[in-house]
Amino acid sequence: MKPSRWTYVVLSGAVAAATFLLTMLLVNIRDRKQEARETHVQVVQLTEATVEPALWGRNFPREFDGFQRNNEMHATKYGGSVPFSHLERDPRLKRIFAGYAFALEYNKARGHAWSLVDQDNTRRTRERPQPGSCLQCHSSIVPAYRKAGAGDVMKGFEIVSSMPFKEARRLVDHPIGCLECHDPATMQLRATRPAFLYAIRALKKSQGVENYDPNTMATRQEMRTYVCAQCHVEYYFAGEHKIVTYPWAKGTRVEQIEAYYDEIGFTDWTHGETGAPVLKAQHPEFETYSQGVHARAGVACADCHMPFLRQGAMKVSDHHVRSPFEDLDRACLSCHPVPAEEMKARIEEIQDRHAALLSRAEDALIALIDQIKAARAAGASGQALDPALKLQRRAQWRVDFVNAENSMGFHAPQESARILAEAIDYARQGQIAAAMAR
Amino acid sequence: MPSPWRYSLAALVGIMAGLGAYTFVYARGYSYFSNRPEACANCHVMREQLDSWQRGPHHAAAVCNDCHTPHALAPKYFVKARNGWNHSLHFTLQDFPEPIRIHQFNSEVLEASCLRCHGEMASEMAGLHCVACHAGAGHGPRRAR
Repeated sequence: MKPSRWTYVVLSGAVAAATFLLTMLLVNIRDRKQEARETHVQVVQLTEATVEPALWGRNFPREFDGFQRNNEMHATKYGGSVPFSHLERDPRLKRIFAGYAFALEYNKARGHAWSLVDQDNTRRTRERPQPGSCLQCHSSIVPAYRKAGAGDVMKGFEIVSSMPFKEARRLVDHPIGCLECHDPATMQLRATRPAFLYAIRALKKSQGVENYDPNTMATRQEMRTYVCAQCHVEYYFAGEHKIVTYPWAKGTRVEQIEAYYDEIGFTDWTHGETGAPVLKAQHPEFETYSQGVHARAGVACADCHMPFLRQGAMKVSDHHVRSPFEDLDRACLSCHPVPAEEMKARIEEIQDRHAALLSRAEDALIALIDQIKAARAAGASGQALDPALKLQRRAQWRVDFVNAENSMGFHAPQESARILAEAIDYARQGQIAAAMAR
Repeated sequence: MPSPWRYSLAALVGIMAGLGAYTFVYARGYSYFSNRPEACANCHVMREQLDSWQRGPHHAAAVCNDCHTPHALAPKYFVKARNGWNHSLHFTLQDFPEPIRIHQFNSEVLEASCLRCHGEMASEMAGLHCVACHAGAGHGPRRAR
């Protein structure tokens, strides 16, 4: 029997559809090959003056996609990027920080996109005078330093840092951006923050390396930590010009930094309830991580906080910088071949234990504050209370070093526990000293 | 005389065959019949595995197929075809989970390959796969400092 006309129509249609799909596949293969060949297309000529991230984004659309998501807010059990009030969640902090700006307002930090606006709006800058130093890490400020220093960034850093905050604020208009970590000509990672460059040189000197410059001497993997360590560190404002300084000349461990402060006689504030000369720790993430097992294994900040992301045939660093908890598969499981639930449970166990210990340490510190107040009310002299006040300084420094660090113990669980154990010991020793000061 | 429908259908089939042949050549489809490790990185996502194998301790002793496919001809091409279909399908659709992990089926193939060379040494062991401990044997340590 002769096939009917319709048989041909149907067969032709099927062959056409197959050809259609085949062409799609061919074009898809071509696209992937293209992606694998070129990492970027230069559309905009980037220079040291290109502050606007959107311009960088035209050359690097994939990285920019992630970067733009740094304004998103997600909560994890203990951290994340939803700006809750630490003071409301843990009212003990109001007494621990009595007499200091942190007792006014102390919120969980949001992502990089908010670094400038959140600083503008905190009561710590609105109600207390602050120096231009703050902007080193809250804005894309290096072009402003270069201008103020007439070409010399390091000189401009000192000029701008010693200005009043409100005056220096007029020199910048972008939060943390691309220039901070990337060379605009080569895209290579680089450290730009003057305070970091000074501090890492001092730290390396203490380890026997002279004139250390991370931009010429660090490995690529080290740079994937150092770009973050430019800001996620402990600092203080040195001298009458209030130059932001990282206290690493003796090392980055908690007692090494304490020894540095003791030697120069530095005090952040006088405690409002006891009169103790105390220290405030500021997010020592790099210092804490450096004591942990991941640092020992050569894992960089970016490995977990900016894990690689596949897009077609491309592999890009996720520029949405965030808690590894939010992308556990990429952040943890690429090295730890266990189910995601198991990994999550392991992390939460570390953090829960740490949180419980931290809470005990805060209780001990509050008990010490109460005891010193009671001793004073009972007529103990200032001099007799001196040992107790010194112990409050030690306990306060340790509790805060751990509390201000944003990983709820995860960056270095054992080291954090050691620090908290010391804090509890110093606080209880202080109570004994206060009880004896009659 | 054949109807004009036949001619147009033949033309269509010819176009499809030509396009298919070109796609096959363009995608280096023939390379999958070889033992060359570069073929495994044709579709780009295996780049890391290829690179790490080149630095790994088995580099001089074994190529991808020595560990990841059986050695007898028919099972070897069955495994190649099965994985080839799965990999190209999911890479094209971009719907694979990350990080990429070896499946049970391929894990058994791999274990058999370990034992093919090291069977005598490992004959007393039971239960654990070799790579549970020798994770770096094929692809080296995970991270460069």
